[in-house]
Amino acid sequence: MTEPSEPSVSAAKVIPIAVAGATPPVPPASPTAPMIRTLGLVSAICGLIIVGAYQGTYDAVAANKRIATERAVFKVIPAAQSIAEYVALPGGGIEPRVGAGDTAPGGVKFFAAYDAGGKLAGIAAEGGAKGYADTVRIMFGYAPDCQCVVGIGVVAMRETPGIGDKIITDKNFLANFNALDVKLKGDLSALANEVRAVKHGAKTSPWQIDAIAGATITSRAVGRAINDSAQVLLPRLVPNLDKLRSKS
Amino acid sequence: MNPSAAGTWDEFMEGVWRQNPVFVMVLGMCPTLAVTVSVVNALSMGVSTMLVLIASCGLVSMMRNITPKEVRIAVYIVIIATFVTVVDYAIQAISLKLYDALGAFIQLIVVNCIILGRAEAHAAKNPPLPAMINAAGMGIGFTIGLLALGTVREVLGAGTLFGVTLFGAGFQPWVIMVLPPGGFFVLGAWLLFFSWLERRKLRRRQAKLVEATQNA
Repeated sequence: MTEPSEPSVSAAKVIPIAVAGATPPVPPASPTAPMIRTLGLVSAICGLIIVGAYQGTYDAVAANKRIATERAVFKVIPAAQSIAEYVALPGGGIEPRVGAGDTAPGGVKFFAAYDAGGKLAGIAAEGGAKGYADTVRIMFGYAPDCQCVVGIGVVAMRETPGIGDKIITDKNFLANFNALDVKLKGDLSALANEVRAVKHGAKTSPWQIDAIAGATITSRAVGRAINDSAQVLLPRLVPNLDKLRSKS
Repeated sequence: MNPSAAGTWDEFMEGVWRQNPVFVMVLGMCPTLAVTVSVVNALSMGVSTMLVLIASCGLVSMMRNITPKEVRIAVYIVIIATFVTVVDYAIQAISLKLYDALGAFIQLIVVNCIILGRAEAHAAKNPPLPAMINAAGMGIGFTIGLLALGTVREVLGAGTLFGVTLFGAGFQPWVIMVLPPGGFFVLGAWLLFFSWLERRKLRRRQAKLVEATQNA
């Protein structure tokens, strides 16, 4: 403190050493042009690669998706030989679905399945409800003649292996969907009886689902998925069934 | 073996064994724990990661002389993301079922620290060929790590290997092994095993050293 010049001298000595020690020889910052050049080049190369990959795989991906959907539909309607995609519009009425884009807001996608003779074998639609781990998405088959659900298949789920995933293997559970009643009310505005899963062994009516003991939450999700989807789809679909009778 | 071939071999084996990303560096644990419920998933995740690793290290290395250091991370990420997208499309084209099983972890390869780590630590300083060989070694090491977990978890948790049933109908699957806790158990057991190997090697070397000094 007595000599003001000394600390400033030592500081002047120390600081450059400290800087040099912390960051070894710092070259001057790169000019902007090479940065822009490199980033531009990288973006161009990467853009080309991605476009190439997209073009190259587009057909195979589309074919895979179609096969996956067909398989799911054929599983729930075993008599089916070909399918056509339709959309049930919010105002009632149906129209064929064209292209692969998203459906119109409020529209419900469903599949009309035809047998070998080109006659309507059944309708398949997707539904989803929250299960134990994540949304359980299922595909169910609807038979217009008996107004009932005749089969289900799982599209996607993350339920506990060995417990929740019994919904695809448990024979007693699947027997619920041999003829699950989904009749509409007289005025066709909603289902006559709400579809729901009941406790194992408590099933009394054809619109109830006998839950799997130990997997009640997943069973309920299946019930809710069918119910929610059928409540929206069937009132729009049933008045238009005649349009779908034979393959267009 | 001539010196350059030995160097290449060394470069390759670094990732396979000495610096194995799963068991030694303990990197990329997120996909390691999440997708190893079956051998098929583990194998496809490992191979996808390896392809991304090799391709992006190759491109990073080719561009190393014209990449200013200020923008290098951005360049690496764009390159890695590109190859992840390519692999993503390829898996969708090969099998949608596999794509669903691997879920978001394909896209998450972008942020796998093994790849960014290789790009920064190795590819950015070496010519394309050694960089790609080193990346291939790392990729194979990662695949081996995933397979080690996947095999144990599938056999114990589902009683199958590559989907083929191994045991009779009396086998009760040890379900927790295919659930998230099982991933931690199996990883822990493997890490224990490898550190035990390492310890044993060290102890033997010490014993030999002591013997040599005593003899002298």
